Amino acid sequence: MDLVRMVEAEQEKPEVENFRIGDTVKVHFNIVEGKTERVQVYEGLVIAKNHSGVRRSFTVRKISYGVGVERIFPLASPRIQKVEVVRRGRIRRAKLYYIRGRVGKRAKVAELIRKKSDIKKASE
Amino acid sequence: MIGLIGKKVGMSQVFGEDGRLMPVTVIEVEPNIVVGKRTQEKDGYSAVVLGAFDQKESRVAKPVLGQYPEGVSPKRCVREFRDFAPDCSVGESVSLAVLENVGFVDVAGTSKGKGFQGVMKRHNFGGGRATHGSKFHRENGSTGMAAWPSRVIKGTKMAGRMGGERSTSQSLRVVRVDAEKGMLLVKGAVPGTRNSYVFISNAKKK
Repeated sequence: MDLVRMVEAEQEKPEVENFRIGDTVKVHFNIVEGKTERVQVYEGLVIAKNHSGVRRSFTVRKISYGVGVERIFPLASPRIQKVEVVRRGRIRRAKLYYIRGRVGKRAKVAELIRKKSDIKKASE
Repeated sequence: MIGLIGKKVGMSQVFGEDGRLMPVTVIEVEPNIVVGKRTQEKDGYSAVVLGAFDQKESRVAKPVLGQYPEGVSPKRCVREFRDFAPDCSVGESVSLAVLENVGFVDVAGTSKGKGFQGVMKRHNFGGGRATHGSKFHRENGSTGMAAWPSRVIKGTKMAGRMGGERSTSQSLRVVRVDAEKGMLLVKGAVPGTRNSYVFISNAKKK
């Protein structure tokens, strides 16, 4: 499977993955409308990451005009310009599907507040 | 016509220019060696015999070994391609570069064996109703007429062995040609298992 790995390795974009599940992120996504291109920002909560290698994808959930919207982005997509982390979340699950059944305050994820010493450790 | 022998490596996915995901099959193509030639005068048709993937000399019977021109090691896979277009003589190698400006290809190979299969999977029959007292589920129904002809017509579609036969996927888009690495990417699936030999030619219907 060497050649398959080679094809996949050159497409991977590890720099995009600077967020974790439970984070609130802004995804800057390139949208092509006919001949013009523009960047759309999609903000929401990362509730899941799936697959491995180039097939990695993540699901972002937000409430738009009272309707829950979930969008799945392939991590390696060339149309993702960057992913900005707005808020870190403190979570105890790898998949936050339980959020779907909740409304209002119960659908919130607590903010991750890290000690200065921990941040230091992580950056080392 | 252009022909090449390759090996199916596996499937993956690639992002196209528009940023959309595309399923691709990765095919390994080592430079093929022209093992022989068939000519109109001598054989009644013109073709080029290509060989690919080296075989140990000790594994080949001597009479077979004698078929190869001097200086060419025996090959695992040898195939004739009729009316071969690029000019080449015996002993030369044909690389992936011949596909450089080709948009679509046909890829032939031996399909995966499916074993003994019923008529719904093998011939796309509709089958019957599952519920409401139906006693006709996945059968083939009638196989012919009555007093005349009093037998089942040959070639009637019935259950049996499926797969493991030559099949061709036509008009597959060429996504990438990398002659240096001996790698060809075509859009979509190709018959056969991994590591099986596939035969690539330019698309008949494009």
